[in-house]
Amino acid sequence: MKLTVRIWRQAGPAAEGRLVSYPVDGLSPDMSFLELLDVLNQELIAAGEEPVAFDHDCREGICGSCGVVINGQAHGPERTTSCQLHLRSFADGDVIDVEPWRAKGFPVIKDLVVDRSALDRIVQAGGYVSAPTGSAPDAHATPVPKPDADLAFDNATCIGCGACVAACPNGSATLFTAAKVTHLSLLPQGQPERAQRVLDMVDAMDAEGFGGCTNTGECVASCPKGIPFASISALNREFRKASRTGRR
Amino acid sequence: MPDHLTGDPIADTKAPRVPLENRWDERKFAAKLVNPANRRKHRVIVVGTGLAGGSAGATLAEQGYHVVQFCFQDSPRRAHSVAAQGGINAAKNYRNDGDSVYRLFHDTVKGGDFRSRESNVYRLAQVSAQIIDQAVAQGVPFAREYGGLLDTRSFGGVQVQRTFYARGQTGQQLLIGAYQALSRQIDAGNVELHARTEMLDLVVVDGRARGIIARDLVTGEIETHLADAVVLATGGYGNVFYLSTNAKGSNATAIWRAHKRGAYFANPCFTQIHPTCIPRSGEHQSKLTLMSESLRNDGRIWVPKQQGDSRPPAEIPESERDYYLERLYPSFGNLVPRDIASRAAKNVCDAGFGVGPGGLGVYLDFADAIARLGRPAIEARYGNLFDMYQRITAEDPYTVPMRIYPAIHYTMGGLWVDYDLQSTIPGLFVIGEANFSDHGANRLGASALMQGLADGYFVLPATVNDYLGSTRLDDVRPEAAAPVEAEVRARIERLLAIKGTRSVDSFHRELGVLMWDHCGMSRTREGLRKALERVPELRAEFWRDVRIPGRGAELNQELEKANRVADFLELAELLLVDALAREESCGGHFREEHQTPDGEARRDDENFAYVAAWEYGEKPVLHREELVFDHVHPTQRSYT
Repeated sequence: MKLTVRIWRQAGPAAEGRLVSYPVDGLSPDMSFLELLDVLNQELIAAGEEPVAFDHDCREGICGSCGVVINGQAHGPERTTSCQLHLRSFADGDVIDVEPWRAKGFPVIKDLVVDRSALDRIVQAGGYVSAPTGSAPDAHATPVPKPDADLAFDNATCIGCGACVAACPNGSATLFTAAKVTHLSLLPQGQPERAQRVLDMVDAMDAEGFGGCTNTGECVASCPKGIPFASISALNREFRKASRTGRR
Repeated sequence: MPDHLTGDPIADTKAPRVPLENRWDERKFAAKLVNPANRRKHRVIVVGTGLAGGSAGATLAEQGYHVVQFCFQDSPRRAHSVAAQGGINAAKNYRNDGDSVYRLFHDTVKGGDFRSRESNVYRLAQVSAQIIDQAVAQGVPFAREYGGLLDTRSFGGVQVQRTFYARGQTGQQLLIGAYQALSRQIDAGNVELHARTEMLDLVVVDGRARGIIARDLVTGEIETHLADAVVLATGGYGNVFYLSTNAKGSNATAIWRAHKRGAYFANPCFTQIHPTCIPRSGEHQSKLTLMSESLRNDGRIWVPKQQGDSRPPAEIPESERDYYLERLYPSFGNLVPRDIASRAAKNVCDAGFGVGPGGLGVYLDFADAIARLGRPAIEARYGNLFDMYQRITAEDPYTVPMRIYPAIHYTMGGLWVDYDLQSTIPGLFVIGEANFSDHGANRLGASALMQGLADGYFVLPATVNDYLGSTRLDDVRPEAAAPVEAEVRARIERLLAIKGTRSVDSFHRELGVLMWDHCGMSRTREGLRKALERVPELRAEFWRDVRIPGRGAELNQELEKANRVADFLELAELLLVDALAREESCGGHFREEHQTPDGEARRDDENFAYVAAWEYGEKPVLHREELVFDHVHPTQRSYT
């Protein structure tokens, strides 16, 4: 099949960017979207041009490295990661726009590569259980009700790709933060730091320049891992409760 | 001309000479300690943030050391450990099914086809139980029973249920646990994190590892980082085959450069080929995706009885199907170990019975299981894997059998380490998949996660302590690293100056096909020789004709790849030399010259019960470490 991709090219953080159109022929519907970029890059290299920079690694939908806005949607038309999107989702002859994640919290580094380290700093602010190595009690010492463990797991599956931020009209990282807060607040191991955790993580999120949440729901619609909308309400509840106790 | 030279044997691995059960306790007791107040004066570099590197960095920082941590990804959470699906073994005996430290040890030594060390494996089994405790304390949401206790399952044909899991995403959840522990230490100022930074060389001063040369992948800047000890946790080198289940960025550069600076490289030819991978769909393929081995618990593997039968599977009647694993290995059937299942699939495909594009595939059929257990039961067990398969192939595995084919998955070889996980360069420690120590010639399912975390959380912190506590380390003057830094700069300039005609990927693909054809699932003297002729030619072509656009002082992904492929082109040769020298078949290494009349691997314990530790030189120098089996007596593997 043949497609035309219009790709955001930007030489560096300070450079001006623009969409450049590239026709690519001889494609197979079984290719992943990133393999389309591979094919294009091989052609660009052969033509003496600079290949398109993009982030990717596992190409199995789990590492969270890849992510581009395809035709205005984070990760494209299917609810999956860009590496697990296949060309069979498009029609022969389509023109496809490919852009980097757009958000104040994600400065562009080059072409489709953005800096998502702000998400790491949100986790560093408190997205963990303080459990020094070697001091843990036997794993069976604290039973966890299966429904709690399952819901914690659902939230723990967040891959930190940043699609929620890119999809949000406010550039908010609320769904990301909500997933981590919900994961840890459901487990007995996460209780002692529960209040402090949510206060610190929300503070960090605001400090990184992410926008506020207005319950638009675009984040949930674009999340490749299906983090539930309810996690945002859970985050809000946790935050209100912690604010009342005023723990610092 | 010989392919290699022979050096002195390795006499001592430094395991304490006390009974097996007491060795690790004895080592820990004898290990020197560093006064807590003095620890913050020591800098320790950790390269890699997967299960091994992340857990090591977090633990060393908790102990009070100043850790300088590196990963080439944009975040430590993206290390390739994240992709492991199945589970992690631990000798908890929560099922009361007769499991024990000794049984896990025994299974692992046997599973490694008697090419691993008893001392190391016993320690691995010992600390396995603590790993689960640690992960649970961190909030890793393992699968649980309704009573609130942890669930387990069996894995890889083992007779007990010792595998802990978090749906099909165990690696991800364990990695997130280690990443969060590391994040806590970053926030506390105990870990200095350098993301998007790649190690390009090792700094050795007065015979000790004292730092690394790294490239900031965003600015292209070459930097020297000095420390009192260096820990490599950089994973495996399966990408030497181009197509593999490894992440695209996984590479051998850190361990290869360390090898060239004096660290021995052990058993490079031991590559695990995983039987249940989604077959490639065409020439464009960039990466292979694994389906969890757990599928073999319920799926039946078959091919048509007639060569080249291109009918859809539903039209092939039962009597015209060959369930070849059940036929050849009646007692284990579809659950034979990975190397046996892989080779059997290759054999039927080579003989013309394969299915799907190019005839490189066999069916993994769930029709019987669905009929027996009902679709909901199968959905509950394997739903996410079935969805993943459907997404990639556009076929519905509930109605059409899956197609699978073996793929390169894990490398059991790596840098040689002693009992302390220290390489032959003092002060250079190597952990996780990057070292060679625990898996022998074959890796059992659910054992790699166990080793990564055992090394990082429990073993390394004790042995690094001992090294720092017992070694007088003078300050290193930055000038000492200058010549190495200059070499790294010169190499990058040389790469950029070639301005040839072929892309990096074209070289990498060619190398991959060569290695897969001649050093993949089965190897012959003739094939290995052929590859040994071609690899140096290909390397010369690379250095003459590779084309790398752009500059060095910027984010340049082609340059990153070129640097790594240049190393793969060197490592490939050592891999071939090692495969050629090992005149036996064992585990993942199958030499066609060495098989039983039934076509099974024939191990040669009399002559090859050793670790092949290679020293870098004009020609590689082989140092043998004899393996001694006092507890698990080598027996011929038999799965019939």
